Amino acid sequence: MNNAQNSTFVDFMQGFSIYAIPVILLVVLTLAMIKKIKVYEIFVDGAKEGFQVAVRIIPYLVAILVAIGMFRASGAMGYLVKFLSPVTSLIGMPAEALPVALMRPLSGSGTLGIVTELMKEHGPDSFIGRLTSTMFGSTETTFYVLAVYFGSVGIKKTRHAVAAGLIGDVAGMLAAVMICHIVFG
Amino acid sequence: MLNYIWLGLMLISLIFGAITGNLKAVTDAAIEYAGVAVDISLGLIGIMAFWLGIMKIAEKGGIIRILSRAIRPLARILFPDIPKDHPAIGSMMMNVVANWLGLSNAATPLGLKAMEELQELNPDKETATNAQVIFLAINTASITIIPMTVIALRTKIALENNLTGVNPFEVISTGFFASTIACITAVTAAKLLQRLPNVKKSNPMNKLSKAEVENE
Repeated sequence: MNNAQNSTFVDFMQGFSIYAIPVILLVVLTLAMIKKIKVYEIFVDGAKEGFQVAVRIIPYLVAILVAIGMFRASGAMGYLVKFLSPVTSLIGMPAEALPVALMRPLSGSGTLGIVTELMKEHGPDSFIGRLTSTMFGSTETTFYVLAVYFGSVGIKKTRHAVAAGLIGDVAGMLAAVMICHIVFG
Repeated sequence: MLNYIWLGLMLISLIFGAITGNLKAVTDAAIEYAGVAVDISLGLIGIMAFWLGIMKIAEKGGIIRILSRAIRPLARILFPDIPKDHPAIGSMMMNVVANWLGLSNAATPLGLKAMEELQELNPDKETATNAQVIFLAINTASITIIPMTVIALRTKIALENNLTGVNPFEVISTGFFASTIACITAVTAAKLLQRLPNVKKSNPMNKLSKAEVENE
C-alpha cells in the first residue's frame, strides 16, 4: 500500500472510531426506549459498581507494577539482552530490537520509550524502526492486563493464564520479525 | 506460575540492583510504581461507572443477548463451559470489537464487565476458570487493526527530524499480521494447556459437575 491509500484507510478507521461510541449509545438507548425501560434508574444501578471494581484492582496492580518497576530500575535488562542476543540474532532479530521484545509484556510505556529512542537513532523507516514499530503493535502488556482483568474480580490463582499470554507474546514477536523480513527485506 | 515470576522479578531486581549500584533507584521505583498503580486504578472509576451503567441498560434492552446469539458457533468452541447465549458472551464480544476499533477507553470497562459475568459462573472465586483464561488470552494478545500509538510516534519523529520520505503507516499490515498470529497462538496455547493434568485438576468447574468436564 502507498502512503495515500494508507491514510485513506486510517481516516476511515478513525471515522469509525469517532462514530462507534455515539452509535452504540444510540442503539442501546433506542432499544431501551422501545422496551420502556427506566433508563436513569437502571444506569445508576449499574454505575454504582464502578467504584468497587476500580478499588478491587489496586492490590493486584501494585504487586505487578512494583515488581516490574524495580526490575526496570535494576539494570538487569542489559545483562539479559547480552545473554540472549546471540540466540535471537540467529532468527534475524537485530540485537537493538531485543529489549523491545523483552519489555513488551512487562510495560507499555517502557516499550514505547525504547522504540522512541531506537527510531530517533536509526530513523522510523530503517529496518529497526519498522520492526520495533511492528513489535509494539503486535501484542498487549500481558502482566498489566492480567492484573487489571483478574484483579477486578479477585482472582489470585491464575492457572495457565500467564503461560498462554507469554506464549502469545513470543509468537507475536517472532511473527513480527518474520513479516518485517518479508515485507521490508 | 505467577508466584515464581513475581519472586523472580523481585530477587533479580535486588541482586542486579546491588551489582550495578542501582539499589537506590530500585527502591525508589518500588515506591513510585506503587503510587502509579493506585493512580491508574482510581482513574478507572469514572469510565468504569459510565460503561457499567450503559451496559446494564443494554442488558435490560436485550442487546447483549442478541450479540451472544450472533456468535453462538464460535462461542461454543472457545467457551464450552458457558451456557448457551449467556450475557457474558455478548459482553466479551463488545470488548473485542472495542479493542479492534481502538476504543481503549471503552474496551477495558467492557472487558471487566465480561470478566465479572464469567466470575458469576465460577464456583471458586479465587481461581480462574478455563473460560476466564481464554478471555484473558484474547486480551493480552489482542488483534490490532490500527496501531494508533505507534503511527503517532512515527509521524512525530519524522516531523521533528524533517524526514519527508517516511511513511508512518507502513507498519499497519505488518502489525495486523503479527498481532493476529499472537492472538491465535495465545488462545490455542490456553486451549492446549488446559488439558495438562495439573491444569485440568485445578479447574474450578470440576467442583460443579465432573460429567461436563469429561464431555469436553
